[in-house]
Amino acid sequence: MDEMVIEMAGIIKSFYVGTPNELQILHGINMVIKKGEFVSIVGQSGSGKSTLMNLIGALDRPTSGDYRLDGEDISQLSDNELSDIRNQKIGFVFQTFNLIPRSNALRNVELPLLYNGVAAGARSRRARELLELVEMGDRLTHLPNELSGGQKQRVAIARAMANDPSIILADEPTGALDSKTGRLVMDIFHKLHRQEKKTVILITHNERLASETERVLTIVDGRIVSERFPAADPATDPAAGQEG
Amino acid sequence: MLFLENLQLAIEGLRSNKMRSLLTMLGIIIGIGSVIGIVTVGDSMTASVTSAMEGLGATNMLVNLQSKDADRSASLNNIGGASIKEEDLLTDEMIDTYMEAYGDSVIAVSLSNAGGPGRAQEGRLYANVTVVGTNVGYGTANNVEMISGRYLRDGDIKANRYVAVVSDKFVSNMFPSGKNPLGQEIKVSVGNNLQTFTIVGVYKHEQTMMMPSFGPDKDIRTDLYIPITTNRAIASIDRGYQNFIVMLSSSVDARKMVVDTQNFFNTFYASNPRYEVNAISMESMMSAMTTMMGTLSVAVAVIAGISLIVGGVGVMNIMLVSVTERTREIGTRKALGARNSAIRTQFIVEAIIVCAIGGIIGIVTGIALGYLGGYLLDLPTFPTPFIIVVAVVFSMLIGVFFGYYPANKAAGLDPIEALRYE
Ligand SMILES: Nc1ncnc2c1ncn2[C@@H]1O[C@H](COP(=O)(O)OP(=O)(O)OP(=O)(O)O)[C@@H](O)[C@H]1O
Ligand SMILES: [Mg+2]
Repeated sequence: MDEMVIEMAGIIKSFYVGTPNELQILHGINMVIKKGEFVSIVGQSGSGKSTLMNLIGALDRPTSGDYRLDGEDISQLSDNELSDIRNQKIGFVFQTFNLIPRSNALRNVELPLLYNGVAAGARSRRARELLELVEMGDRLTHLPNELSGGQKQRVAIARAMANDPSIILADEPTGALDSKTGRLVMDIFHKLHRQEKKTVILITHNERLASETERVLTIVDGRIVSERFPAADPATDPAAGQEG
Repeated sequence: MLFLENLQLAIEGLRSNKMRSLLTMLGIIIGIGSVIGIVTVGDSMTASVTSAMEGLGATNMLVNLQSKDADRSASLNNIGGASIKEEDLLTDEMIDTYMEAYGDSVIAVSLSNAGGPGRAQEGRLYANVTVVGTNVGYGTANNVEMISGRYLRDGDIKANRYVAVVSDKFVSNMFPSGKNPLGQEIKVSVGNNLQTFTIVGVYKHEQTMMMPSFGPDKDIRTDLYIPITTNRAIASIDRGYQNFIVMLSSSVDARKMVVDTQNFFNTFYASNPRYEVNAISMESMMSAMTTMMGTLSVAVAVIAGISLIVGGVGVMNIMLVSVTERTREIGTRKALGARNSAIRTQFIVEAIIVCAIGGIIGIVTGIALGYLGGYLLDLPTFPTPFIIVVAVVFSMLIGVFFGYYPANKAAGLDPIEALRYE
């Protein structure tokens, strides 16, 4: 009785549609992700990982194909409806953190709550709680430029969790961090997956980190070419990878 | 809902870029500041002119010689123009016949001739004066307010007496000891003449905007009234008048009297090739003045409007730069679930805040300018609350108007493009 959060069938994404230099990036993606799954997507640079991630996160619409998020057909929704879906069902984590530079940690985390119409008091309570969850409770009033890369990413993860979305989308969240800090961030994703029962989709270039997830999808030139379940392969069991 | 948050956000943004914010506001500051400044001075001037005119009395009428030559007929031009020959001037005889015909409707006819600037001196004491020859009606028509003694009388005029009515300022300069000035003799030098007058009355000097005074209070030049006939003899002035004021009784139809008076005096000039008589009521002069002030206000408003538009374009320009600079931020906000309308509101609020702060600084600057202008022109100055409210609202409207396009541009950004922006 597994519930599907993401169901993609024959998803095609092209850029510059209708112009002579029309460019097809995704050539028919078929993919299903279960609720509470921790999936990683790997592939070479330019293979279309981020493009796929943007479609999953309702930031963009597919050129053709069928995409259901929580059973709902996304392609027919208005801009405002897509905004609300991003606000309530998706939590984005970016490689470059994308914190609002003029706002402190607390106010960055409050942002999705603000767009969800949460009242000021509740907003700030929730934001504190989340920052404590990522062990940033002592940095509430710091501006992004007063934080290290790892700290910024933890704030960004807290922000992604603000409206308690069911899906966390992380596009190379450790890409800008050293391996030790990356480890810390990765541990938070494990925590979100195990304790908070989130569906986590992780794009990474790091095979080691990918192998810690439940399922690894490999994308080559806009097609998913392989699927791997690391847990079934004892050599890459996350429990075995202890060095940082 | 998001207004307070946007306000906070806008202020954070402005604080992080103080210099640029100030430069952006400069156009608005100058625009609003100059409007408030000019309007404040203009209002004070209008108030002052109006009260001066009301002092003269709305039922007064100016009878004035006017050239028949069309080129020189601008009615106010030849008041005080000295080139009219004695044979063309209005005479006492004409006025006497006029009084026989219309005396019931007339309270006073005010006649005067200028004796010029002079100085009274007594040892180290002195007072600056302007010698004015007047008849009895002058005091009535000009509301000369007597403090002590009396104004000039018919007898003084008929007999060419050397008597004078002086101001309280004059008294405080010449009789600092508090000695009763009435009956005292004073020596006044006018031009090359030194004349002695007996003081018969003291009037209250009122500062008017028509004669703003500069320099120390002690040197203020006040009118010294002497009989018109005496002045004529001293200064060898022609008999007759280029103009005079008629004070009408309030029960008469002023408009009809103006027409009748003009027609009456013109009978004497029917065969005069050079001059005719023009009569105009103070009321219509006042309304002409008000119209002129109104036109001036419109001109100021237009100039101010243009400068505010320039300021607004400056704000729009900076907002566009700001939208471009913050493209990634906008992308992030959209990824976090901001609707397009939320982004639009954010940028419009920011533009409104810039303009409103600029407007407030402009108001303070403008009020300061208004007071400075009032001080220089020696006018009582009061900033008008109405114009301040209008200025604030207007500057905020500029924010909305010129902020809308950049804000809409921000709202319409494609989230993917915005996030990919380097
Ligand atoms: N908005 C866009 N307009 C035009 N081309 C695009 C756009 N987005 C992506 N592309 C192109 O699509 C291809 C796939 O890009 P994408 O960002 O999905 O790759 P990626 O797998 O995420 O690579 P990386 O690992 O370097 O992040 C690239 O060739 C890129 O140039
Ligand atoms: Mg990418």
